[in-house]
Amino acid sequence: MDVRLQISMVFHLDKCIGCHTCSIACKNVWTDRKGAEYMWWNNVETKPGTGYPTKWEDQSKYKGGWEQKNGGDPELKMGNRSSRLLNIFHNPALPRMDDYYEPFTYKYEDLFDSPEGADQPSARPISMVTGKFMDIEAGPNWDDDLGGSPVYAENDPNFKDLTPQEQQELFDVERLVFFYLPRICNHCLNPACVAACPSGAIYKRGEDGVVLINQEVCRGWRMCVSACPYKKTYYNWSTGKSEKCILCFPRLETGQAPACFHSCVGRIRYLGGILYDAERLVDALKVDDDKLVEAHRDLILDPRDPIVREKAKQNGIDERTLEAVERSPVYRYVKEWKLALPLHPEFRTLPMLFYVPPLLPVMAKTEDGVYDAANEELFSPIDKARLPIKYLASLFSAGNTAQVSYALKKQYAVRLYKRLETVGDVDAAVVKQALDECQMDEAEAEAVYRLTSLPTMDDRVVIPPMHREEAMAMLDDDMWEQKGSAGFGFREAPVRGA
Amino acid sequence: MFDYLFFIALPYIAVTLIVVVSIYRYVTNKFSYSSLSSQFLESDELFYGSVPWHIGIIGALTGHVIGFLFPQQVLWFNGVPLRLYILETTGLLFGLLALVGIVALIWRRITTPRVRAVTSAVDSVVLLLLLVQVGLGVYMALFYRWGSSWFAASAVPYLRSLFLFQPDMTTIQPMPHIIKTHIITAFLLVAIFPFSRLVHMVSIPFSYLWRPYQVVIWNWNRRKIRGQYPAIKPLPSKESVEMPSDTTIRPASISR
Repeated sequence: MDVRLQISMVFHLDKCIGCHTCSIACKNVWTDRKGAEYMWWNNVETKPGTGYPTKWEDQSKYKGGWEQKNGGDPELKMGNRSSRLLNIFHNPALPRMDDYYEPFTYKYEDLFDSPEGADQPSARPISMVTGKFMDIEAGPNWDDDLGGSPVYAENDPNFKDLTPQEQQELFDVERLVFFYLPRICNHCLNPACVAACPSGAIYKRGEDGVVLINQEVCRGWRMCVSACPYKKTYYNWSTGKSEKCILCFPRLETGQAPACFHSCVGRIRYLGGILYDAERLVDALKVDDDKLVEAHRDLILDPRDPIVREKAKQNGIDERTLEAVERSPVYRYVKEWKLALPLHPEFRTLPMLFYVPPLLPVMAKTEDGVYDAANEELFSPIDKARLPIKYLASLFSAGNTAQVSYALKKQYAVRLYKRLETVGDVDAAVVKQALDECQMDEAEAEAVYRLTSLPTMDDRVVIPPMHREEAMAMLDDDMWEQKGSAGFGFREAPVRGA
Repeated sequence: MFDYLFFIALPYIAVTLIVVVSIYRYVTNKFSYSSLSSQFLESDELFYGSVPWHIGIIGALTGHVIGFLFPQQVLWFNGVPLRLYILETTGLLFGLLALVGIVALIWRRITTPRVRAVTSAVDSVVLLLLLVQVGLGVYMALFYRWGSSWFAASAVPYLRSLFLFQPDMTTIQPMPHIIKTHIITAFLLVAIFPFSRLVHMVSIPFSYLWRPYQVVIWNWNRRKIRGQYPAIKPLPSKESVEMPSDTTIRPASISR
């Protein structure tokens, strides 16, 4: 057993209001620079929809993630190692700027400097790449809130399992349904970007699992951009280096929540440590698609198990870190409650960001053109859902509908339980049946309710102490010597080479 | 006089620059080492430029290196006319590939506004030098035939004399101007190498073929910790911290 710590995340989609505050917080802190204008390390997309970059989930186009063939070890979908070197002069699967959008600003000075005339001056858009006038054809969140529109939603790769009739129904105005999907780097356990980097510039931090790109080692071969199935590594066209979400590690190391977590208005974001067994990683990748979620969960170890604790300590994980892992909200949502599911586990990168599938658009329905979120049965049953379970299963469980409906039924049961307690207009037998159906007792229902609806910042974000100072002590280094000399960041300005 | 400048001074200056500046740049500014790919901004035309260019120039350069290292063997190989024709045709094909590639790349850089936006002055100089160099090379392959053989008797002794620090340019002085220009441009390219994006040539990632797929970096030594837990050395307590004799300010207590 090789016990390692991973900083892991849960996004509760039922609470996401699609306000993009997370994206703006991230943009202002990290990517408001030349060459990075088009990057959204955190973005929120509307589902059904094509997302950012357009149709990122379509791996027949982008060749991201891993492929499992005939029970062997998984291989990158881009091909084996030598194909990476052979494609180094031209990467056939590289997304282009137009798959994202050309960053633009407006020529605001025209509003002030234009000579007096018959017409109001206008600020024309200019490209932030060329500096020339341009026509805006796409932008971040171009299809925001257009979930039901055939123009965008129809191209959603997750529709592959739906019948044409089911798809068509989703586009009827009365049945229109959508929800939001905020995405950041998943800091995967089996990152495809790391495996694809010819320079070896991308690495996973052993102590907390954050995936980073060493900007001094990166040579701009841009293989990581196509290898990441979530398209969460970006090529900085100005510096000629790749960049990605760093999980705000300078904030984590000082005990603060990452910027997107900190600013989340809907308080949908949970962060905490989990322990996993690195020796069993490959086995978890070799299972069939429909067993992936289970295998994923099995990797996560119980931090209260004395054997796990002993092995963790042998790997240098501190007692106080273990205490933090015990309180991890991620462990509860993912492992104990089985409410949170990985996004597209079939990419086989073992993403460490989990999503609680949204109940709301699934539950509500319309009758005779009237929107009705509370019909005679209070909530309509899950199998009558407007958004087909198959669609959610394509997103969160590699097609396994049982995993998604369990998570939805459980949320449903918690609502019924609280409704009985606070309003009392539900039959107790119905509540009992709903709880029994997902093997949940009242204490668990209460716990789910509290962590979902009433969590404080300290409940949502449990950052294990990072203990860099102790790492130095373990290396028998003189701490006083390190003080003031060890750190992070550039010692010179990150300017583009000649 | 000009010959001394171009065939003795220039080579030594160029080699000094490539060694000293490359190392200096690598040590002081690793961040600037990049291929500076513009494929993200324009991909389709790049394919028809970058791929033939790289294949062509790698082939042509390898030919030059082999010709320099093994002149006797190349001469022997060329002793049979058919083998000579095959070698020369191969060289010419590589040269033509490189020429097509560099022309396509220059065309793309001029006509694509996005790519022009990331083009520096050094890029332009490099592209121009490469165009001249490859163009001259192809011209020589066509009109100064059997270079793979006369290379051994002219350029090789000259280059070898440079390496031995006994510069002797008698073998190349009588050469036509086209060939002399080809030599000068080569040294100019060597000289500009460390100042340009050409430095990406020294970071060909061969080690990727044998390194493990996943890279994990620890901030502690796991081998040291395994088997001898607890290995965490206790921090010095407040009392045992030796107060320094100088005026360095240290915290009054260490919080654990």
